Amino acid sequence: MSSTDISLNKDVHHAHDEHDHHHDQNFFEKYIFSQDHKVIAKQFLFAGIFWGFIGGFLSIIFRLQLGWPEATFTFLEPILGGWIVNGKLDPEFYLALVTMHGTIMVFFVLTAGLSGTFSNFLIPLQIGARDMASGFMNMLSFWVFFLASVIMFMSLFIETGPAGGGWTVYPPLSALPQAISGSGLGMTLWLISMALFIVSQLLGGVNYITTVINLRTKGMSMTKLPLTIWAFFLTAILGLLSFPVLFSAALLLIFDRSFGTSFFLSDIYIAGEALANTGGSAILFQHLFWFLGHPEVYIVILPTFGIVSEVIATNSRKPIFGYRAMIGSMLGISLLSFVVWAHHMFVTGMNPFLGSVFMFLTLIIAVPSAVKVFNWLATLWRGNIRFTTAMMFAIAFVSLFISGGLTGIILGNSALDIQLHDTYFVIAHFHLVMGAAAFFGMFCGIYHWFPKMFGRMMDEKLGFVHFWLTFLSAYLVFMPMHYIGIAGFPRRYYSWTGFDAFNTFTDLNSFISIAAILGFTAQLIFLFNFIYSIFKGRRATANPWHSNTLEWTTPVNPGHGNWPGEIPTVYRWPYDYSKPGAAEDYIPQHVPFSQTQSSNLPYERDLE
Amino acid sequence: MITLAIGLSIVLLLVILFLLFRIGTLASIFRGSSQRAVGTTKTSNKVNSLLMLLFLIGGGAAFAWSFADAWDEMNQPLASVHGGWTDSLFWTTMIVIGIVFVITQILLFWYSYKYQHKDQKRAYYYPHNNKLEIVWTMIPAVVMAILVFAGWKTWANITSAAPADAVVIEVMGKQFSWLVRYPGADGKLGEANVHLIDATNEIGVDFSDPNSMDDFMPREIHVPKGKPVLLKIRSRDVIHSVFLPHFRVKMDAVPGMPTKFWFVPTKTTAEMRSETGNSEFNYELACTEICGRGHFAMRFILVVDEPEEYEEWVASQTPFIEQNPQLLTKFTQDTKDQVVLEKSAEEVKTEL
Repeated sequence: MSSTDISLNKDVHHAHDEHDHHHDQNFFEKYIFSQDHKVIAKQFLFAGIFWGFIGGFLSIIFRLQLGWPEATFTFLEPILGGWIVNGKLDPEFYLALVTMHGTIMVFFVLTAGLSGTFSNFLIPLQIGARDMASGFMNMLSFWVFFLASVIMFMSLFIETGPAGGGWTVYPPLSALPQAISGSGLGMTLWLISMALFIVSQLLGGVNYITTVINLRTKGMSMTKLPLTIWAFFLTAILGLLSFPVLFSAALLLIFDRSFGTSFFLSDIYIAGEALANTGGSAILFQHLFWFLGHPEVYIVILPTFGIVSEVIATNSRKPIFGYRAMIGSMLGISLLSFVVWAHHMFVTGMNPFLGSVFMFLTLIIAVPSAVKVFNWLATLWRGNIRFTTAMMFAIAFVSLFISGGLTGIILGNSALDIQLHDTYFVIAHFHLVMGAAAFFGMFCGIYHWFPKMFGRMMDEKLGFVHFWLTFLSAYLVFMPMHYIGIAGFPRRYYSWTGFDAFNTFTDLNSFISIAAILGFTAQLIFLFNFIYSIFKGRRATANPWHSNTLEWTTPVNPGHGNWPGEIPTVYRWPYDYSKPGAAEDYIPQHVPFSQTQSSNLPYERDLE
Repeated sequence: MITLAIGLSIVLLLVILFLLFRIGTLASIFRGSSQRAVGTTKTSNKVNSLLMLLFLIGGGAAFAWSFADAWDEMNQPLASVHGGWTDSLFWTTMIVIGIVFVITQILLFWYSYKYQHKDQKRAYYYPHNNKLEIVWTMIPAVVMAILVFAGWKTWANITSAAPADAVVIEVMGKQFSWLVRYPGADGKLGEANVHLIDATNEIGVDFSDPNSMDDFMPREIHVPKGKPVLLKIRSRDVIHSVFLPHFRVKMDAVPGMPTKFWFVPTKTTAEMRSETGNSEFNYELACTEICGRGHFAMRFILVVDEPEEYEEWVASQTPFIEQNPQLLTKFTQDTKDQVVLEKSAEEVKTEL
């Protein structure tokens, strides 16, 4: 319980005494190698935003190629140099772009940037703890992630190009430099970076789980936890159980690449010679990869479930509908996420019987997911909705989650997956449900907790402009992709013009690219708003959204240790909004029932 | 000069935008709206909730229009028996999820509009209702059960064992093209081995195996209409995937692990040409698993013939070894022994 050792008298400070040189923490301890969960959360957030822009920019480059396959891109030469050959994008670099876009977005932005930011920031604040269980491990988690980031970033600039075998890095393609130049040094760096990334995730995950279990304040039982904490808790468990499997896959791949083993390689003739490798199974890697890969998509989306539930309840001024059903559905989704991985492999030649089993298990996930959507809708019903930017992103999240989630029912059906596997239908599906939706959840969280992070408000007007442009372009980009997917257009194609069957939809592809550029540009508004508001935003009050959870009981700029005095005790669940008989339309968690006699429900009278 | 001008205008534009932003902020301070709790100001609430409703109506209309507009292009002509099953299952499922999609999106945006903040109003405290939860857990569960059963049936039919009289064709993926082999008159494909591959013998056929003597390797795939066709799929380097969009066929080609897929073509190329009104129409084979630089260019033509035409075409093919007799010299007695040895070693392995 190291966090309870923190001496408060020494450490209470506010952002405005940054230059207080009498303070016993120096600059490095305070802002760089900080062990304060709030600083670490911001570090993850800044890193996530940085990676988000890189990942988005990469997608704009390949969208240019897909939108205008006949065009020449000499104007990109200043940035891409040798990757533009005679005005054309190099096809291998195109593959590297989609690979890095996927890797960066899934792991560096939507895993590290999302969980790293909000689990770190909110877990101690919302459960009533001074800090994480181990501040030191938490710091290590960020810096190991930082190292992973540096290595991944470096790989973008090497001569043979970054990894180019798709973000799923299936061997043999990823194992053989002869097969694609990206499988040379680029892939080595990818594997090292991911290995470090996994270490960082495990350090973080252990911490989140321990903190939630051990450091809850007095009265904060598991059934009084905000849904955000439940979501982060389950996310951390998923990561802890599944990332080691990816680690083993990466390790075996490293052995195959560098030490001549044959875990994944067999019967290969490439570059004019037959390789000695025999007896390996390329499919084994896919099983290992997707054993992480599928929980991974829930690692991405679960935190946003929590964030969105919290924001919708707060801004509808209503308790979240079916609190226990929400927890139950998250538990169900977490459990099921471990037994559906092979639905990514229906057409790999896997035994068809397994296909049947995984189809069944996959479609079951639709049930808890549907329950969540219905509960969100019921929460909005007869609410008194405040359209903060965060709330708009939360509503849009639900919309995107429905649109993207429903097509999962089609792709999870092995018979239908035959035609749709690896087509743009899949791209449309997962970009809506775990790409756009998760990004919206992340924006929702940033807008909502920005006041607690920086003591200032983000500009709402700019937020609205950012929201509407982003929402519009998300649908304009991904809805039409369904049509292209139903037509069978394969993914990771440099161009489709070589096929008669896919020589259509050229206008639609240009349209998608234009919408993507619009969406990316809109993010610059966010960036401006974010940076500007850190320094010049309107000063926030301690509880600007009139929210119930504990983080809003801290000072505007919570110092090291979060609460200057004693940690508040929790008496009630976090969703007492608009309770009949109460004076205000919210009753924070730390208000005892004895103070709210007019609004207590019959069974609560005993708790007075 | 022009770049400078463009740069300057962009800077100017940004300055103007920034000033607009400042003016907006100051105006809101003047109006006093910054004193209210965020999200309770009248105009911004009204505008945003109205935009939500507009988004629903406008977005829904745009979606419906674009869907109808893309309908012809998105439906690839269908030419296989099982494709009929999967297509109808696909559109049935689409209707089911389409209904859910429409209802939930309408509720979402309608509620957002209808229950926008009003100062004097108070939200309805409604934390849970177990009956409701059970109802909306059961409904999706039942719908899913039906879809699972429909999927199982279709999947089991598609992946059932190929009929014994199926036309067998070996398809091998390589960077970046397809190699095709027919078993010839004996109906048996000869042994093949990755160590026998060279510039001529690209599949690595073992010509010491008598079954391989009549194997032929054409430049396009021909299949008879109405007969089951069994594709035996292999890869010799990285993973590829055989995709025949018009036949709704897809199966990965995995090095070291042969896979298969069987289907029954229902329309000849000629029939499809007259049906689509495109005299250039060809059935195509594409790769759908990322395999490197030329992934997007692994095109191969498949021709569906009337059964008689198909027989004629088969009869007109010359076995590969007759076209390349020099290959036989490689297969001396030594290699034969070695192949036999390797084979017996493999048998031991499978027994283990």
